Amino acid sequence: MAAEGSSSIDALGQFQLHPALGFIGGSVNFTQANLMMVISGIGVLALLWFGMRPRAMVPGRLQAAAELSYDTLLSMCLEQIGPEGRKYFPFVFTLFFFILFGNLLGVFPYFFTFTSHIAVTLALALLVFILVTTVAIQEHGWHFLSYFVPQGIPKVLLPLLVVIEVISYLSRIISLSVRLFANMMAGHVMLEVFGAFIIMLAGLGVLGYFPAGLSLALNTILIGFELLVAVLQAYVFAVLTCIYLHDAVHLH
Amino acid sequence: MPQLDFTTPLTISQVIWGAIIFVVLYRLLSRNALPLVSSVLEERAAKISLDLDGARAAKARADAGVEEANAATMKARAEAQHAINAAVEEAKKAAAAQAEVLNARLEKQLADAEAQIAAARASAMKALRQVATDTAATVVTRLTGVSPEAGRLDGAIGSALSARGIA
Repeated sequence: MAAEGSSSIDALGQFQLHPALGFIGGSVNFTQANLMMVISGIGVLALLWFGMRPRAMVPGRLQAAAELSYDTLLSMCLEQIGPEGRKYFPFVFTLFFFILFGNLLGVFPYFFTFTSHIAVTLALALLVFILVTTVAIQEHGWHFLSYFVPQGIPKVLLPLLVVIEVISYLSRIISLSVRLFANMMAGHVMLEVFGAFIIMLAGLGVLGYFPAGLSLALNTILIGFELLVAVLQAYVFAVLTCIYLHDAVHLH
Repeated sequence: MPQLDFTTPLTISQVIWGAIIFVVLYRLLSRNALPLVSSVLEERAAKISLDLDGARAAKARADAGVEEANAATMKARAEAQHAINAAVEEAKKAAAAQAEVLNARLEKQLADAEAQIAAARASAMKALRQVATDTAATVVTRLTGVSPEAGRLDGAIGSALSARGIA
């Protein structure tokens, strides 16, 4: 989200992918998005490893943070999915913190936000979709298809409703991926636009100082807002995954 | 939009690398990091429950001690009450015996006194007969000039005295 300071606003250039890690990264098409994923993963692991290393009876700050993240995600799984949620807890935990760290690190200047790429979020949504469908088929076999047949409905309406149910089931992929992607991208485009405004208006001389300051203030507020969105979207993604898993385990 | 630019291989390759990174992260989290957290949490839960058990046992011991102390106090109180009762009883008995001895002595003194009174009275009565006889003899002698016959006088005095209920 670095502002280039050119005369035209290049709001989308920040999403351009580049090979990272020099020649080696370039030869295997390892992008800066992947570098950010690695950093996010290391961040999660570091939080847990360094946090839990004291193994203290009364936790310190970092250990409390690690334990809190564990407890929060575990209780979310158990509440949303039920007692079977413990089985899917590591997956939901990984998903939540992968997205959360990706979103949060993306707010830092010069850092890339990999969740602002529809290909990445679509892959995550597909992963969730495939997992949920696999769990449903494993748990219920062919009976899983009854999920698409609503109960207590006149027979005439049934074909129509089954089609609607199937479409809504499939659209989970789109809603999951587009929600995250659009939220992250919109925020970063706004930050970029106002960031460019600051430089362009300040370049105009005395007249531009006030609107440039206004843009700076707006960007400051936007950053706080982006932090909120970063956490919220990661949470929404994880909660929806849990709800879908609940449906898969219990069928309604 | 760079996100939909599929002319560059990077758009797809980032997903493939992303999948690899995600799987590695999942493995590390589910096999190392998360069990680490859960082991610490379980350790703490076990320690807390152990401490709670210890506290409960200590409380039970304290309760038993209080119970014992209460029982001992009750017993001591009962014994003391018993001793007091026994002492009071004994004192009462002793007092009663003393009173009886005293009563007996008083009774005896009373009886003696009564006997003395009766003796005095009897002797007085005897003297009264003599006085009456003498007086009657003197009166008769003065009136008639003849001293009365002793036998008749004695009989008259005797009947007079018995008529008054004295002799």
